[in-house]
Amino acid sequence: MSKPSNEGFFWLLFSAGGVVAALFIPVHLFLFGIAFPLGWLPQPSYEHLRALAENPLSRLYLFVVCSLPLFHWAHRFRFTVYDGLQVKHLNEVVLVFCYGGAVVGTLISAYLLLRI
Amino acid sequence: MTMQPSTEFHPRWYRERVSTYWWMGSWRYSLFILRELTSVAVAWSVVMTLFLLRALLNGPDAYARYMHRMQSPWMIALNIIAFCFLLLHTITWFNLAPRAMPVRVGGKRVPEFLVAAPNYVLWVVASAAIAWFVLRK
Repeated sequence: MSKPSNEGFFWLLFSAGGVVAALFIPVHLFLFGIAFPLGWLPQPSYEHLRALAENPLSRLYLFVVCSLPLFHWAHRFRFTVYDGLQVKHLNEVVLVFCYGGAVVGTLISAYLLLRI
Repeated sequence: MTMQPSTEFHPRWYRERVSTYWWMGSWRYSLFILRELTSVAVAWSVVMTLFLLRALLNGPDAYARYMHRMQSPWMIALNIIAFCFLLLHTITWFNLAPRAMPVRVGGKRVPEFLVAAPNYVLWVVASAAIAWFVLRK
């Protein structure tokens, strides 16, 4: 029989991260990964971005945008490896890699945003 | 994981071995795997954002180096691919919402596109707002 699991909690993080990733992340990558490097839009100055990132509301926003999508990735990637690549014997390793990665990424974002 | 006991009354489960490349057989399955792989693009974007934050923390020189590194053809190519995956995630996620939460008005089910549409409106508004904050002088 199956024992009670934390699956529901992880699924909640997965779906919350999915919403955040769907709404906010494309514009971030479009600006900094495509539009600014290709010169489609003028690059913002260091001072402007730094001031923007120092705003408490921006910090809260950036923390949400960094942490929740990482848990979304952890959950989805874990099952991609499990079902897609059928790597079932390394289940624990994959689990630790995925959720561990999400936790580490969240801690790094908290550290950067607290110091900025 | 524990194995099911196999007795006369409880036979060993028979599972046919599925190829590792089972998802290449049909377009629907391939799209499923492509959709699942969008999470890699999501994680990649977060990592790029974390590097940007680190550069902002380290000063103007670090920021200039970050922007310069993002201009390398490899990075641009990777980011364009990742952006396509992000769009796939956004579209599949929004279109799934009406199926996860069917909305009924007066006993009738609201058409799926009407439930998905507000997501797209919100997406455009949020993207425009973020771009405005980043780009304003």
